[in-house]
Amino acid sequence: MTVFILRRLLQTGVVLLATALLVFFGLYLVGNPVDILVNPVADEVERARAAAALGLDKPIVEQFLLFLRGAVTGELGTSFVYGRPAMDVILERAPATLELAALAMAIAVTLGLPLGLYAGLRPDSWPAKAIMAGSIFGFSLPTFWVGLLLILVFAVQLGWLPSGGRGPTVEFLGMQLSILHWDGLKYALLPAINLALFKLSLIVRLTRAQVREQSLLDYIKFARAKGLPRRRVIGVHLLKNILIPLVTVIGLELGSVIAFAVVTETIFAWPGMGKLVIDSIFQLDRPVVVAYLMLTVTMFIFINLAVDILYSVLDPRVRLAEAK
Amino acid sequence: MSANALPAESRESPWVRFWAQFAQSRLALLGLALLLATIAIALAAPWIAPQNPYDLGKLDLLDARLPPGSVAGSGELTYWLGTDGQGRDMLSAIVYGLRVSLYVGAASGAIALSLGALLGVAAAYLGGRFDQVLMRIVDIQLGFPAILVALILLAVLGRGVDKIVIALVAVQWAYYARTARSAALVERGKEYIEAARGLGLSRLRIVLRHLLPNAAPPLIVVGTVQVAHAIALEATLSFLGLGLPTTEPSLGLLIANGYEYLLSGKYWISVYPGVALLATILSINLVGDQLRDVLNPRLAK
Repeated sequence: MTVFILRRLLQTGVVLLATALLVFFGLYLVGNPVDILVNPVADEVERARAAAALGLDKPIVEQFLLFLRGAVTGELGTSFVYGRPAMDVILERAPATLELAALAMAIAVTLGLPLGLYAGLRPDSWPAKAIMAGSIFGFSLPTFWVGLLLILVFAVQLGWLPSGGRGPTVEFLGMQLSILHWDGLKYALLPAINLALFKLSLIVRLTRAQVREQSLLDYIKFARAKGLPRRRVIGVHLLKNILIPLVTVIGLELGSVIAFAVVTETIFAWPGMGKLVIDSIFQLDRPVVVAYLMLTVTMFIFINLAVDILYSVLDPRVRLAEAK
Repeated sequence: MSANALPAESRESPWVRFWAQFAQSRLALLGLALLLATIAIALAAPWIAPQNPYDLGKLDLLDARLPPGSVAGSGELTYWLGTDGQGRDMLSAIVYGLRVSLYVGAASGAIALSLGALLGVAAAYLGGRFDQVLMRIVDIQLGFPAILVALILLAVLGRGVDKIVIALVAVQWAYYARTARSAALVERGKEYIEAARGLGLSRLRIVLRHLLPNAAPPLIVVGTVQVAHAIALEATLSFLGLGLPTTEPSLGLLIANGYEYLLSGKYWISVYPGVALLATILSINLVGDQLRDVLNPRLAK
């Protein structure tokens, strides 16, 4: 277990370094941020001064080494656009993204699990077929287009919910959250549904496949033969076993929901990390882009690690030390 | 659904049997018909589109933002699906956009399949250090969502058809590599490979003529899923302004262009390209779903 975690941490370092290298030099080649930040009519002296102020006058290799030295101490550079530490700019936006992701995942799991169970237990009934047809649709619908349709129907045509932005927030544990505020929740609802749709289809399909596979196995037959009530066979024996792969997927998908929030936040003008990084890419605000990617990559590595460890706890047959 | 209608020992060719199994699902046949129609429309775009959407000289700004069914100011043309902000016929723009979307999906899929299959089979065959390192990279990459990897690459590469194809290949190759490796590992241990080796055939010939065709079914299944993903991902990235240049609008870019008109109720600029995109992805997914059932030996009865 310790060897496993150590090896993972080492790997984390390599992946982070590779990402930083790629993004740092890649963005350097894409364009000069000074062109965007400085008034186009500025003369050479003014441009040089701006470049010096941002530390862009040094050779790129030196810039990278300086960045690395800072990164080791947790200092990921100052945003070119905001003039503040990039990490602060990002973390300020994090609660908005996290609450959106949590709400979306909650919607997907609370609806997906029962629907998938039903479809798996009665595969030939018509509601099950409707659920499965719906899930193929959910899989095929491009998320961003669904977002536009949601705005069109619920905001423009019906006028029930706001089309974008973030509503009033409530402070909770030092974070500004809008899902705890009734009006704020209204703003969060459409983006969260949009973000949840794909995951909902995924969970439905996965649950159904698991139920169908597991209910043919001997332990279910045995439980039934023992005369256990149907509720207990499904609620305890079956559910416990289908939860193992589901936990993996839900864990991994939680991360991907945060990554995919980039799209939903752009559509609904939701002021989270995703919208920030898209804006920053266009403004060539390298420190923010690099810091965001470092943060997300780290998050993913830890989610993957947590899922692996959880997996071994839920399923004693999985031994981490043996996993290469 | 049930395969018991088939005779236990059929003497037909495998293709005929395959088709008979595939055709058992009406939905899959519908998907296939839709897919073929989409491909035909995309290929024939220059001949069937009412207007050349790239020819700026043909566009009339006075015709901008006309609702579906309007007649052009010149009286020569009916805009069945309306016009966009520059007076472009949406039907023509969609037909051409479909061409770009399908091209990007197919090209990236083909390259990623070849690259991934090659690396995966090589890993299974060579084993050792190469196998370990390659699979480690695959694991790491698949730990990240595709959109994040594509975002990193496109932020660095910039816009362009070639660049988005590169980004999509980078996102997809790992799936093919993993599938090809595990399929090759299974096939390698079978008797026909041993027999081929006993006949003294060369290693390359065994891999290309004997192993690959037998390892193909799982790759085909992964391929259909991945091409649908690639098309959706390209549309998403183009919508974010990271994918294709505005000179070659794919369906995603058309939807993005209509976004600003959506709040004022001019729905057609965004909605119709989205319908075309949905139809394309849905048709591929329907075909893919059935292919997976037909090609999966575990589900065969």
